[in-house]
Amino acid sequence: MKRHLLEAADLDRADATLVLDTAAQIDQALAGREVKKLPTLRGRTVVNLFYEDSTRTRISFELAAKRLSADVINFSAKGSSVSKGESLKDTALTLEAMGSDAIVVRHSASGAPHRLAHWVRGSVVNAGDGTHEHPTQALLDAYTIRQRLGRLEGVRVAIVGDVLHSRVARSNVGLLHTLGAEVTVVAPPTLLPVGVGSWPVEVSYDLDAVLPKADVVMMLRVQAERMNASFFPSAREYSRRYGLDADRMAVLGDEAIVMHPGPMNRGMEIAAEVADSVRSTIVEQVGNGVSVRMAVLYLLLGGAPS
Amino acid sequence: MTTYLIKGARPLGGDAADILVKDGRIASIGDSLTVPSAEMVDAAGLIALPGLVDLHTHLREPGREDAETVETGSRAAALGGFTAVHAMANTDPVADTAGVVEQVWRLGEQAGLVDVVPVGAVTVGLKGERLAELGAMADSAARVRVFSDDGHCVADPALMRRALEYVKAFDGVVAQHAEEPRLTVGAQMHEGDRSARLGLTGWPAAAEEAIIARDVLLAGHVGARLHVCHVSTAGSVELLRWAKSRGVQVTAEVTPHHLLLTDACAEGYDPVFKVNPPLRTDEDVAALRAGLADGTIDAVATDHAPHAVEDKESEWAQARPGMLGLEQALSVVVETMVETGLLDWPGVADRMSVRPAAIGRLSGHGRPIAPGEPANLLLLDPSSRAVVDPAALASRSRNSPYAGRELPGRVVATFLRGVPTVLDGKAVR
Repeated sequence: MKRHLLEAADLDRADATLVLDTAAQIDQALAGREVKKLPTLRGRTVVNLFYEDSTRTRISFELAAKRLSADVINFSAKGSSVSKGESLKDTALTLEAMGSDAIVVRHSASGAPHRLAHWVRGSVVNAGDGTHEHPTQALLDAYTIRQRLGRLEGVRVAIVGDVLHSRVARSNVGLLHTLGAEVTVVAPPTLLPVGVGSWPVEVSYDLDAVLPKADVVMMLRVQAERMNASFFPSAREYSRRYGLDADRMAVLGDEAIVMHPGPMNRGMEIAAEVADSVRSTIVEQVGNGVSVRMAVLYLLLGGAPS
Repeated sequence: MTTYLIKGARPLGGDAADILVKDGRIASIGDSLTVPSAEMVDAAGLIALPGLVDLHTHLREPGREDAETVETGSRAAALGGFTAVHAMANTDPVADTAGVVEQVWRLGEQAGLVDVVPVGAVTVGLKGERLAELGAMADSAARVRVFSDDGHCVADPALMRRALEYVKAFDGVVAQHAEEPRLTVGAQMHEGDRSARLGLTGWPAAAEEAIIARDVLLAGHVGARLHVCHVSTAGSVELLRWAKSRGVQVTAEVTPHHLLLTDACAEGYDPVFKVNPPLRTDEDVAALRAGLADGTIDAVATDHAPHAVEDKESEWAQARPGMLGLEQALSVVVETMVETGLLDWPGVADRMSVRPAAIGRLSGHGRPIAPGEPANLLLLDPSSRAVVDPAALASRSRNSPYAGRELPGRVVATFLRGVPTVLDGKAVR
């Protein structure tokens, strides 16, 4: 493993598989236990440095670190010296001086974790940077797919929605490719990046053509403000062309699953009856997020499992 | 005034000769000149070129004296072999009145290291809404001839047309920052494979090309002079070639960094490589070099853009765009154009001195190296190679994209009207 986890490309196939296997071991070790806590990172300090509101991701990382017995500090940009204009570098050096072993960072600027990694000696984990990547989301998604379908090699994954602005999509494309899955991105052409042709994916504008062949359908959140920038004409038209409703779910194969990184816009990209169906892994994804993040922190800070 | 005898230099890379500099002018050129009263400058093996002229420099004064001053920028220019620089108008306050351009001009005179030629803003406050008092700036002591809203595009086509027409009255030129603003909202880097992967909002080549296409049509229609700043794409070179073939009075510049660097530099998100227009692709670099070689692009201009540390040591999106250029411009041209065989030494003199001086209507610069001409000269050691150390630069800022890179060519001496501003590779003062 590299010292930092900044993007999916930091993980080769062996590393990525190691993270997933470690998460599975952690799940087994904790299954049925009353005290869901391992002593592995006792005395180590993990800082959650969040420049964007993201309660679910922050809580997931916080829980992961605490279950490994690490000390956790939540450093929110709001109400701190950051809102008084302290630079990212000064914040990084301050946290470093206080002895943090790992910094989990969420930031609205693509590449902010990469800059941070230049300035600190500890490990940096990217918890989502701008429209770049969110690698632990991709790991928990891969973990969930493997758990449900038993494999990743050759699994056909459709990633549907606002690929242009999605860090979840970028991380998933990279990691799933590394792990041998076959990815198709599906979106209106306005929500695909100009350079998508260089990605290791198939590209489709037609959700209905892709669904029958998909083992996994991963729906992305579509933000309403995209509508005002003419990425698509209306929420209704988007939903009609790219939303996953019950009719579309009916054409999926028997084993196919439906994923969403959350938070969902029910009725926009995904219908409530789809989100709540047995195909949906949305709640499992949340639980798996903690296990996978435990595995990442453990491998970055604690070394390889004995 | 000291008389200098430059021994054994090769004017424009030709045969070695001695150059006698006296009373601000080149007094004579010949073999084995001996002038006992003259101070000798050993120039064996050195190339003599006319002092370089930059059409595009940000000196930051008034307003951001922590990033650069007219004096520190002038010193950086002299060390780069320049004898004249055009100071861009995006200062604080903006150089959109006779008062501000005269202030900048006077600061340049006081520094006395290069001729500082102020550029006037096209529109009041660079806002793109109404014309600044262009005539007043032209008639001022600063004698402004180049007008630019650089940093901003004069996006309104009707306003651009009027500006092009209006400056004809005093033989001015509008230097356009070609960037369709509606296509570059939030743009961070060249739009292509890399921006898609890095998750940085793309700056499409078409946003530059659309404005160039529009403006060459306008310039042709009203019979005015147009200059295009920092051309960065292969498509722009094609459009310029087409416009010139149709007889449009258009000139263009390319920066050293666009001749050397590509969007690959954005990997790692180090904002020292963030610049506007952005670094482009290998294909663009090749087209820009070819365009400069065949004269479609008239000039190399630095777009020297000093920034304080805190404006660059940050997240990519928060950082200000721009990079230093004055002190390495000639070295980059040697590396990209001379050592590749695309340009000979007379070609370098043409693109870095003669043509930019003509575009800016500077009569005392870009002159031949001949008796009677103003002694604006530089001496270059083309065989020297050095690794760029930002800490050693004369600029007040450190945002050099060439840090750690080995580049050829060292400016050994620069003369401004017969007075050395650089000797032995060091600023005289």
